[in-house]
Amino acid sequence: MSGLELQLQRDPSGQLIYTDAAGNEHHNVHVVRAYPISAPDEGISLLGDDGHELIWIATLTGLSASSRIIVETELATREFMPKIASLKSVSSYATPSVWKITTDRGDTTLTLKAEDHIRRLNDTALLITDSQGISFLIADSAKLDRHSKKLLDRFL
Amino acid sequence: MNPSATPTAIPPHWQNLVHTGVPDSEPVLNSLELDLDVDLHFKHSLLLLTSQGLLCLDALGQIKPFPYQNGSALRQHDHAGLGTLTLFLGETRIAFWRYTLSLDPAVQRFIHQFDRLRDSSTSGLPLVPEVQACCEQCGADLLEGHCPQCDNAEERPPSTWTLLRLWRFARPYRWQLLSGFLLMLASTAATLVPPYLTMPLMDKVLIPYQNGTPIDTITVSWLLAGLFGSAMMAWGLGWAKTYILALVSERIGADLRTETYEHLLKLSLEYFGGKRTGDLMARIGSESDRICVFLSLHLLDFATDLLMIAMTAAILISINPWLALVTLLPLPIIAWMIHKVRDKLRTGFEKIDRVWSQVSNVLADTIPGIRVVKAFAQEDREATRFRAANASNLQVNDHINKIWSLFSPSVTLLTEIGLLVVWAFGIWLVSRDQITVGVLTAFLAYISRFYARLDSMSRIVSVTQKAASGAKRIFDILDHVSSVPEPTSPTHLNQISGRITLRDAGFRYGNRAVIKGLNLDIAPGEMIGLVGHSGSGKSTLVNLMCRFYDVSEGSISIDGVNIRQLPIAEYRGNIGLVLQEPFLFFGSIAENIAYGKPDASRAEIVAAARAAHAHEFILRLPHGYDSLVGERGHGLSGGERQRISIARALLIDPRILILDEATASVDTETEKEIQKALDNLVQGRTTIAIAHRLSTLHKADRLVVLDRGEIVEIGNHDELISRQGAYYRLYLAQARNVDADIDDRAENEVIV
Repeated sequence: MSGLELQLQRDPSGQLIYTDAAGNEHHNVHVVRAYPISAPDEGISLLGDDGHELIWIATLTGLSASSRIIVETELATREFMPKIASLKSVSSYATPSVWKITTDRGDTTLTLKAEDHIRRLNDTALLITDSQGISFLIADSAKLDRHSKKLLDRFL
Repeated sequence: MNPSATPTAIPPHWQNLVHTGVPDSEPVLNSLELDLDVDLHFKHSLLLLTSQGLLCLDALGQIKPFPYQNGSALRQHDHAGLGTLTLFLGETRIAFWRYTLSLDPAVQRFIHQFDRLRDSSTSGLPLVPEVQACCEQCGADLLEGHCPQCDNAEERPPSTWTLLRLWRFARPYRWQLLSGFLLMLASTAATLVPPYLTMPLMDKVLIPYQNGTPIDTITVSWLLAGLFGSAMMAWGLGWAKTYILALVSERIGADLRTETYEHLLKLSLEYFGGKRTGDLMARIGSESDRICVFLSLHLLDFATDLLMIAMTAAILISINPWLALVTLLPLPIIAWMIHKVRDKLRTGFEKIDRVWSQVSNVLADTIPGIRVVKAFAQEDREATRFRAANASNLQVNDHINKIWSLFSPSVTLLTEIGLLVVWAFGIWLVSRDQITVGVLTAFLAYISRFYARLDSMSRIVSVTQKAASGAKRIFDILDHVSSVPEPTSPTHLNQISGRITLRDAGFRYGNRAVIKGLNLDIAPGEMIGLVGHSGSGKSTLVNLMCRFYDVSEGSISIDGVNIRQLPIAEYRGNIGLVLQEPFLFFGSIAENIAYGKPDASRAEIVAAARAAHAHEFILRLPHGYDSLVGERGHGLSGGERQRISIARALLIDPRILILDEATASVDTETEKEIQKALDNLVQGRTTIAIAHRLSTLHKADRLVVLDRGEIVEIGNHDELISRQGAYYRLYLAQARNVDADIDDRAENEVIV
């Protein structure tokens, strides 16, 4: 599949270098998603070290295969939104509450400071921000197991 | 100081791996447990510092050594709650590790220790001693041996016995409560007399009459008088008890409301930032009212019922233990049912509360923003939103009602069955001459009251749960410790000179570092201009200086004293704040000017208004200084409101003055007026001014250029211009009259 080829390299310090159409090199380039939750594959932007946008990529599929790999790898290292697979236990139904959870990235705990840190994305998807600011995603709360659903329901 | 002066204990579950993996010749001086692996999975690994270098130990016990080298350095950065620790050699990345931000303070300390050990290892010199006593957890300065940041971080969920905590508010009224309780006891006893009197009425009067004995008028009069007397007693005592207890509960409710509000006012801005107005209003208003109703009506009824049950049970047992036993049999069953339903209902009522605050949040969102709603013709959308919130309210209520509606009839059914059993057993006992008909009648009279009370008692479940969840939500506020706490043993500064020192100040908003490692020394009377594009941390810095928030790292001192050690109100009394959007309270102009000093004389107010160049326009108003201004200062222009707020700042004669974009929202003409007012204000005070328009900062002694939370340049206008750095670019951009932005290099915009 052909598509837009981005001039992206990695320097020894691990940072991305982007060479724009005019041949200018930009160091320490960041790749960010514009809609990380609602449309992760649309609207990718390359930001320079100074925070200015270097290039806007409308969709990931519009990129050439090689560029896409670099962009996706870079995104993967920056993105941290574990998906909650199940809730094992909660310390209390009143906040702050410590939840023991299983995510797609392994087992961990999260501290829910207040109920308003659970954000409804749509009817079934929830985004839970823990006390450290890490966002945990529940893609479909209807698909959780009974026990998890019961625990979660107490907070909704 | 020896190297082990600041040891970090190796976590116990790593001890074995460390002992087997690390040679004894290389003692571990510091350790850091990381909670993520490179692929961002929750897997633990351990970083160790020895005298030789950095060791990385994974869960399988594999060790990767990274010896200290000249030019090796650890660096940390974070993004969205995810931290990365990178080991560099020069500019080359050697290795990196991931962690969640909860470890950030530990990581910072680890980096610090790494630097010390590396310096000592590569130079061969002994370790540089630590400078200041810092917190083990987060590296902030210790105050009185405690860390102000970490002591706050500890949070406990409120206990489930929340309602008992209302005792704190009931305590002042304990004598009234006691007399109310005694009255309750007496009135309940009085209500129990009539059924008792049916016994002699039946056995001594009616049944003998059926058997041919004439009615003894005297006995009957006595018995009827007893019935009437006890009814009157019950009436009088019941009235007194209800009145006293209602009076007390109303006062408890008022105290609760006032105290919650007072506590709320003391919380930091951080708290208000995260809460919605509608929700807070509902908590203080309706929740406290609900608790009050619960105390005055439901709890009272419940206590009366309990008393009645206990007394009835005692009377029944004294008359006939066997019949009493049968009568009381359904009681544990009903109690068990109540207990079963309680859990379901409680979660349900908590849900209803949340949904209810959703409904009020829609209102609180829309009404202040009504201009936007109307301007964009989104009335229908907002109506839909409200309908949706109401619909989910209905849905939750429906669910609860399903359980609830089943509950009451079940209790009634049990009551009927209970009566049936008593009839059956009673008739059997009468037939065996164990009891008289009078006793059976008395029993039936008692238990029909008794079960009727059980029915109403079952209602206590729901109201208690409602009140408990209301109390929980109120105590949520009361338990919230201000993240800007008052010092335990405050230092008092009599006369402050206005020297402000920021040392390694850092601030995090959520997971975003807004201010990073800021060092700044502001001399008394100096005027500092804060410059930088929006989002560079200017306003945050000002908020930190006002102690609306507390720094998350480092410290801010005034005259050499950490501002955390000063009583908050006393400290803020030294600060005059002029904001971009001046807020005027409902009241007269004079009251608004004297807001910071309510006892100011009229002459003082006029003097302040004169100095703020507000005097003349105020005089032109029909009611002069007594003119009323509305919530958002309706009827006054932006410049006029701004000058009132300047007068307000002038009146308290602060040593430190903070101008946060004071002239940003007005036109150039008005700006000149305001500028004149400001010039009066600035004289002789330490001033920190934020301005987008650089022209406003000409008088500043020093300009501090901020970019993404860091100081990039300091100097006066001329120096910074000649340096041709960030400020110069900003200045040129404004001179060209284009949108000001530090290093504006917007080019190469390609749309794919």
